[in-house]
Amino acid sequence: MSIEKPSVDVVIVGFGWTGAITAMELADTGLEILALERGPMQDTAQTANYPNVIDELEYSVRGKLFQDLSKETVTIRHSLSATAVPYRQHGAFLLGNGVGGAGFHWNGMSWRAFESDFRLRTHYTERYGAAFIPDDMTIQDYPVSYAELEPYFAKWEDVAAVSGQAGNVRHHIRPIGNPWEAPRSGEYPLPPLKDTYGAQIFARASAELGWQSFAVPAANASAPYTNQYGVRLGPCNFCGFCEGYGCYMYSKASPQTSILPALRQKKNFTLKAGTHVTRVVTDSTGGMATGVNYIDPQGQEVFQPAKLVILCAFQMHNVRLLLLSGIGHPYDPVTGEGVVGKNFAYHMNSSVNVRLPENTQLNPYIGAGAAGTAIDDFNGDNFDHGPLGFIGGASVYHLRPGGRPIQQSKTFKNEPKWGKGWKASVQDGYQRILPIYAQGSVMAYRNVYLSLDPNYRDIHGQPLLRMTFDWHENEFAMIKHAIGGAKKIAHVIGGDVEVNLRESGSHFDTRAYQSTHTTGGAIMGDNPQNSVVNRYLQTWDVPNVFVMGACVFPQNIGYNPTGLLAALTYWSVEHIKKLYLKNPAPLVQA
Amino acid sequence: MSEHASRRRFLQATLTLIPAVTLAPRDVFSATPENRKISIAKPAARNSNYVPRYFTEDEWQFIHVAVAQLIPADELGPSAVECGIPEYIDRQMQTPYAHGALWFMQGPFVTGLGPELGYQQKYTPREIYRLGIEACNAWTKTRFGQPFDRLDQSNQIKVLEQLEADHITLGEMSGSLFFAQLLGNTKEGYFADPIYGGNKDMTGWKMIGFPGARADYMDWIDHPNERYPLGPVSIDGNRS
Repeated sequence: MSIEKPSVDVVIVGFGWTGAITAMELADTGLEILALERGPMQDTAQTANYPNVIDELEYSVRGKLFQDLSKETVTIRHSLSATAVPYRQHGAFLLGNGVGGAGFHWNGMSWRAFESDFRLRTHYTERYGAAFIPDDMTIQDYPVSYAELEPYFAKWEDVAAVSGQAGNVRHHIRPIGNPWEAPRSGEYPLPPLKDTYGAQIFARASAELGWQSFAVPAANASAPYTNQYGVRLGPCNFCGFCEGYGCYMYSKASPQTSILPALRQKKNFTLKAGTHVTRVVTDSTGGMATGVNYIDPQGQEVFQPAKLVILCAFQMHNVRLLLLSGIGHPYDPVTGEGVVGKNFAYHMNSSVNVRLPENTQLNPYIGAGAAGTAIDDFNGDNFDHGPLGFIGGASVYHLRPGGRPIQQSKTFKNEPKWGKGWKASVQDGYQRILPIYAQGSVMAYRNVYLSLDPNYRDIHGQPLLRMTFDWHENEFAMIKHAIGGAKKIAHVIGGDVEVNLRESGSHFDTRAYQSTHTTGGAIMGDNPQNSVVNRYLQTWDVPNVFVMGACVFPQNIGYNPTGLLAALTYWSVEHIKKLYLKNPAPLVQA
Repeated sequence: MSEHASRRRFLQATLTLIPAVTLAPRDVFSATPENRKISIAKPAARNSNYVPRYFTEDEWQFIHVAVAQLIPADELGPSAVECGIPEYIDRQMQTPYAHGALWFMQGPFVTGLGPELGYQQKYTPREIYRLGIEACNAWTKTRFGQPFDRLDQSNQIKVLEQLEADHITLGEMSGSLFFAQLLGNTKEGYFADPIYGGNKDMTGWKMIGFPGARADYMDWIDHPNERYPLGPVSIDGNRS
């Protein structure tokens, strides 16, 4: 028999970026808002204080801030006919845990998306013809345009104190900044971070090749900044401990750094940590949510009634909650029918390493999560895809997130892994191996999706989420093209060059870290047959359930997802306030 | 006498002192009862008074000898033993990590689906060491009549290479799993903050030039390609 709590107006499931944004933006309505976060309370003073946070073993190696996989993980298989096995140890992606979610331990790369990303199928059809898109590629347009989202990107960038150099302000392309970016209404809130030595080398080589490089937009504050919530961020001191860590300098944006100090002052807001939501409860018709069930810190089952349920858990967890709650029709890859779990996507990465001259002092420990320089000449549709035959692109960049010795002391792959040879190569490489990365989009495919696993369960006895995913030829061709650009930069820089290209035919490898940029599974679209949520991120089937996060991306972009998912959240909450609260009903007619 | 001639004379003189085992074909499988008798057997150097809490005496001996091969003493710095790596690994064995508590450890454990799907075995780090060391010693006893730590150095290296390449199976466990556990923990201990028992005197950090817990380069971002002037500090405030 479960405990029933008094009803609230709004329950928010998960307290990472989207949960914090949603709660903060709704707080001025006066509604009673309850946020349920399954992990522990975490803040800078307790969880990321100096010098204890400067501990590579505890944080990024043992994963202090990562999801406890012993309790719950996902299963993974490469094809529809295979049996999925659990993701038993953290590898390819690093799921977050606790207050702040993955937004506490992220790097802070904060991008917008290209205008063409929002109308991808239409754009490629117009420019290259409908036959250019493979039959098994299930990409679709976002049901919202860049122009509609622009004010929300700007709002997010203020809250996160993003440091950068605008390259396109109101269609005026500048000789500095990113010439390919979608038009901005104004400057970044802060000037770009200073260039590391490696970034300077990358920028010089790019310029020689005629490519305009620019500072990666960084949610690592380049100077003190007070955001619109009145929260003060400190200046980044390039400590080199972003990803896997909280920021002891209060420079890297995070839900607890950038929003919670203001949000916790709101009397109508409550955050309960250690509460694990197991499902959204719907009424007898299945057409309205009545609240959520959760397990409290004492292990008791609780029913929390609510008028409005907003799913703000991580991408995979939102999809799993929808499946466990029976909201929306699960996707069937054989028939192509159903929508929940459809169009799961990811990123594809490769890299090039350059060995700079002896006695170079890259000082790799002088870094920040988003301290980097990039070019976008290989991203989006910024080049003619016609003769190349693939869709999508990649950002090509040098990033210096730090020089943490266990995980970031580089050697070339043909060098010894141990013994005297290893000592010599790790010492030699540390100061002079310069990496260049390519991180590219992954399209959606008919045979890639998320579902509930038939064999494995979490500690509460609920089925794990199952990921059916492998690479497709389109992405191999995309990354090979982008790495071609990286190689050119490397050769202009000079020195030995090592290419680490993900080769056609290789399988998705769960072991080595790639990125935590998983997307899709609860995608947005213009009708209930092609999507789980409408353009306001409201579920088609249950109008008082909204879903936030990268799970709504119809397919992934060639950029880190946080800027886009944050903008979409601001967009959605604005329309919840303007439209839904006045008339709690479907905001788009099916 | 030219330097070259001098070096040659030195080598000739030295060769006569080398025990027969190292002149035998360089193949770990070729050891015979004859050369076993003369293989060098000396206990590994101990560098602290630390008393292990998890490892048995035999295991402790194995760990010392193995990590000293993975990170040996040379002109770049002292060995893993002198850096406290055995202590580091033993102390890690007391953590949730070593009990597999950070991993999803529910069965069924389905193996053989391809390495890309990641770790799919049932062993915790503690078990990997316990089973791995015992089976490795059993293997070397069969081949050489000696446990691993009593092999001469070249054979120790060869056994490690064979483990790494998965040419030795340790009961039901792959040799490469055991090797990866050992090498991974050894490098962790070499580069982790000294509070965990390894990286004594910040030796690992000094070798590559990492300033440790300083973590404030507000000034040095303005000095591209210039050597950072300060040595490392540890979390507990020690300098070296």
